[in-house]
Amino acid sequence: MSMLDSIRQTMRRDEVFPFMAPKVSELLDVSHGPILYLEDLNVSFDGFKAINDLNLYIDAGELRCIIGPNGAGKTTMMDIITGKTQPDSGQAWFGQTIDLLRMTEPEIATAGIGRKFQKPTVFEYHSVYENLELAMHGDKGVWHSLIAHMNGEQRALLDETLETIGLKEQAQQTAGALSHGQKQWLEIGMLLVQNPHLLLVDEPVAGMTHQEMDRTGELLTSLAGKHSVVVVEHDMDFVRSIANKVTVLHQGSVLAEGTMDEVQNNQRVIEVYLGE
Amino acid sequence: MILFRFFSNLLKDDRGGQAVLLILFLMTILVPVLNLWVPADHPLHMPTYLVTLMGKYLTYALLAVSVDLVWGYLGILSLGHGAFFALGGYAMGMYLMRQIGDRGVYGNPDLPDFMVFLNWKELPWFWQGFDMSWFAFMMVALAPGLLAFVFGWLAFRSRVTGVYLSIITQALTYALMLAFFRNEMGFGGNNGLTDFKEILGFNLQADSTRIGLFIASAIALAVGYLACRYIVLSKLGRIVVAIRDEESRARFLGYKVERYKVWIFTFSAILAGIAGALYVPQVGIINPGEFSPLNSIELVIWVAIGGRATLYGAVVGAILVNYAKTVFTGAMPDSWLFALGALFVLVTLYLPQGLAGIMRHFRKAEAS
Amino acid sequence: MITSSVFAEETPSGNRVPSVVTKSVSDNEQSLEETSLHPKLSLLEKAEILLKEKSFKKKKQAVELLIEAGDKAGNNSSDSIARKWLENLLSGHLYQHRKDKTLVFVVDGKISNAISNALIENAQKKDFKKITTNNALRKQLRSAIARLDLSSPDAETRLHAVNNMLDDITPENAALFKNLANQEKNKNVKKAMQLGIALAALNQGSKEDKIKAIKEVAGSLHPSVRNRLALLADNEDKAIANAAGSALQKIESRIKMFGHAETLFFGISLGSVLVLAAIGLAITFGVMGVINMAHGELIMLGAYTTYLVQQLMPNAIDYSLFVAIPAAFMVSGLMGVLIERTVIRHLYGRPLETLLATFGISLILQQLVRTGVSPQNVPVSNPSWMSGSLEINSVLSLTLNRMYIVLFCLMVFFALYFLLRKSALGLQVRAVSQNRQMARAMGVRSARVDAMTFGLGSGVAGVAGVALSQLTNVGPNLGQNYIIDSFMVVVFGGVGNLWGTLIAGLSLGVINKVMEPWAGAVLAKILVLVFIILFIQKRPRGLFPQKGRAAGD
Repeated sequence: MSMLDSIRQTMRRDEVFPFMAPKVSELLDVSHGPILYLEDLNVSFDGFKAINDLNLYIDAGELRCIIGPNGAGKTTMMDIITGKTQPDSGQAWFGQTIDLLRMTEPEIATAGIGRKFQKPTVFEYHSVYENLELAMHGDKGVWHSLIAHMNGEQRALLDETLETIGLKEQAQQTAGALSHGQKQWLEIGMLLVQNPHLLLVDEPVAGMTHQEMDRTGELLTSLAGKHSVVVVEHDMDFVRSIANKVTVLHQGSVLAEGTMDEVQNNQRVIEVYLGE
Repeated sequence: MILFRFFSNLLKDDRGGQAVLLILFLMTILVPVLNLWVPADHPLHMPTYLVTLMGKYLTYALLAVSVDLVWGYLGILSLGHGAFFALGGYAMGMYLMRQIGDRGVYGNPDLPDFMVFLNWKELPWFWQGFDMSWFAFMMVALAPGLLAFVFGWLAFRSRVTGVYLSIITQALTYALMLAFFRNEMGFGGNNGLTDFKEILGFNLQADSTRIGLFIASAIALAVGYLACRYIVLSKLGRIVVAIRDEESRARFLGYKVERYKVWIFTFSAILAGIAGALYVPQVGIINPGEFSPLNSIELVIWVAIGGRATLYGAVVGAILVNYAKTVFTGAMPDSWLFALGALFVLVTLYLPQGLAGIMRHFRKAEAS
Repeated sequence: MITSSVFAEETPSGNRVPSVVTKSVSDNEQSLEETSLHPKLSLLEKAEILLKEKSFKKKKQAVELLIEAGDKAGNNSSDSIARKWLENLLSGHLYQHRKDKTLVFVVDGKISNAISNALIENAQKKDFKKITTNNALRKQLRSAIARLDLSSPDAETRLHAVNNMLDDITPENAALFKNLANQEKNKNVKKAMQLGIALAALNQGSKEDKIKAIKEVAGSLHPSVRNRLALLADNEDKAIANAAGSALQKIESRIKMFGHAETLFFGISLGSVLVLAAIGLAITFGVMGVINMAHGELIMLGAYTTYLVQQLMPNAIDYSLFVAIPAAFMVSGLMGVLIERTVIRHLYGRPLETLLATFGISLILQQLVRTGVSPQNVPVSNPSWMSGSLEINSVLSLTLNRMYIVLFCLMVFFALYFLLRKSALGLQVRAVSQNRQMARAMGVRSARVDAMTFGLGSGVAGVAGVALSQLTNVGPNLGQNYIIDSFMVVVFGGVGNLWGTLIAGLSLGVINKVMEPWAGAVLAKILVLVFIILFIQKRPRGLFPQKGRAAGD
């Protein structure tokens, strides 16, 4: 049955073989508004439905906050977008032309999606400067890296970023020696030099002081417009301070969407957060 | 001048490497003088067996450098590098076999002795071309490189990592050992390839040829060392270390991790193959025992003792351990395995940075 | 006996016997009158005189007399003098003195009187002359002995006798079977006799008889049936030829089936060895995330413990294994605890380092055995109850030691399985392996649990060593030969999964044995290794991947 199907599939003349079809169209097309389309996504791990019929659209240039209790599927969603997890069904498109589900992590990253992890992950044995250099946008091929040197423009961007994330003094220090908050900043800096169209930021202010939180908020809001930013965060005050649109995830699907005030007054959200 | 700047840049922060290359340079000058021009009865005369022994150590050192590149920098503990070494060795052995010509016991101009003995009528296809030095020397790099590429491509693409990878590399060399033990494979079975006569027209027994091989080994080590040093210092090197430390982060930054791994692995295998090719004419034999998993693990400990992720540490470790082995097996053969075993345990427990770690420690103490 | 050499085949006892009857012994009804013996002499005395004659014809008569004498001796015929003579005549041990003509047995240089059985001291072998036999006589002797055995009270002996006679069935024997079959109580013996009757019918009977007989023998796997049918398949009569042909085909396919069954059994027994060797590793590697390269040497220690136990109780080899199993468990287990406490304790969470350190330990243990015991292999004997085989039928027999290995493997497996699933220790082990901090907070003494777990895995390795000592050479390299295979089994099955280890071990054993006939042992092994290497690429976590913490993450 399935073999017959696949033969039939192969014989169809109106379609190009999947392996011959171009994998990624180079150009990000956001002419219809959204930069990210997630449609009817489903993922289950051994019977547990982590993502359940999830539909989510992020507009180009938008700053979106995503909140939700533990196990709501926030991190799994990020895993799908960045190619780490394959969904059981559904679609994920970057702009209108780039099918994320057919790409590997590096391809997705090159196409313009950057991600900051929940736990800060930087290269601990490299200096801060080298960390940023590695993240810098540009040719990521093996042979090129053998002779690669940063050009003036890239070096300027790197210095500027060091300034932005406040690690200019620590530039030659190994990243492993940084404090937790500094590592968070460094990772954000790595996102910046990557210069992605879409930034996925998972819990950016965990372990930061109030002062640092304010600065992070400023930075993220300043990024919006030129980039699209999706922030997953637990700290409600922080979310309130930066967001104009909030999405609440619960049990793998969208529970509510709107401004912070709308969401907070939503009856179902109150039930989920405060219990029945 | 540009060349000099290039090299001095490579070795700028590498005092161990400077020392290693300096000693290598001095030896390539001293050894021929002491062996060929100092008369045999003079106390400073260096006997030829010692030259060959040192040449052997140098090939081991090159092998250790190749392991250090994948283990120390890329974080892949290969327990199968002995296989690449042996493959390079076999490629060279096949060339040397063909050079014997009709001087074998059976006097067959085309077939090596063992084939005549096994009643083979003609040269198998995979022996074709090995009578030409350029082809054989190409295969020295190509055979291990191709195996490493295919194996690495399969393994890294499926994201086999950590101990799993170590175990299957071990299985790889084990399978190859079993295969090469078979007479039907056409590589001389149990006995391997031996009774070599000459290389590139030079008599292998001659002192001058031995010196030549020693110098070739020294040059190969120096060039291999500098090549690895260049890789390590380039952006490629930084990416490789990044992959070792945070593989998934590197992926999310857009690096195709598999490709980096496979190329470094392949390059390292080629270095190991060259080391094997230089080893074989000096010891005069290559047999399936070289594929033994034991050898591959042993060479990991050379690197561990020297200090991984410091290329000069691998050189120092390889030479020290093998020197100890020569001394021990000569003086008290029973205790060598005790010593080697203890070395494994003590180094992993108390010396995770190896000797290079001690050096670093002292230098720091000195500085402060 | 012209064709005998062509069709002769080895029987279980190693005698070359003709398997095709070319001519029946027809003239044994010859009267004794012409030999002019005194009628008052006993049968034995008559036989004795005839035996000493040069003529084979006379000797033949003597044999017939001996049969008669044996029959008369009745139930304890196996002890009778007549039977002894027959046997010794057949094996060439019956001699007569060159001068006084006394009959003696010469066995291994010892000479004894053939009648009194008393040992003759100071006798020289050169004074005696062998009583010679020829092919026809030997054939007669064999069937004579078999006929005597037919009246033995022991069913095994009777069955053996019938089977021996089947090889070369004569009409007389068939007639004998016809008489005996009715009284025969043992089912197997009766069946064998009926087969004999049918076989005889194949030789002699009419066309209908033959076809009927063919149908009767069609299910039998006895080699003489096959030979007989093969001859009949070329028969001029089409009906007979066809019947024989199809019967032959049926038999061949049954033999093939039993051949597969045998391969399967070999595979399972090899698999059991692999499982035994690997299961301790499944615990230390799977549960604790420790790569124990010294596992093979712990197996070796178990094998050497068996050797030492046998040295200590040389007179009770049959019971030695029951002492050796707990002893090996203790020796390897304690060694495991020692290794854990001194080395591995410092290396948790760094599997690659445990690999290197334990490899060092394996070298030390090997050398310890080399210097402490001997660099050579040491002899380990098999208890008598392990030798022999279980004969299912004439083409399929299962050797007992393999059967015991399979049983033993299953016992060890389930003992471990229930220990880890049901006992308090098992619960603690699983708790520590999943979350060390939490387990510690709940009051589990994790250090003790680690030591116990490692000791358990090592102890099981020791027990595996006892089993291996019964199958292979025990030497310092024993462990090395199994370590890679063990790792392959664990990785193939899925780390941390005992069931996976069992299934992986058994299936690898079977795959190996299935490939062996056409690939050869070494190539089969290589192919299995390559298969696993490729398999790991497809499923990096093995057949049954384990969730949660696993080694290598």
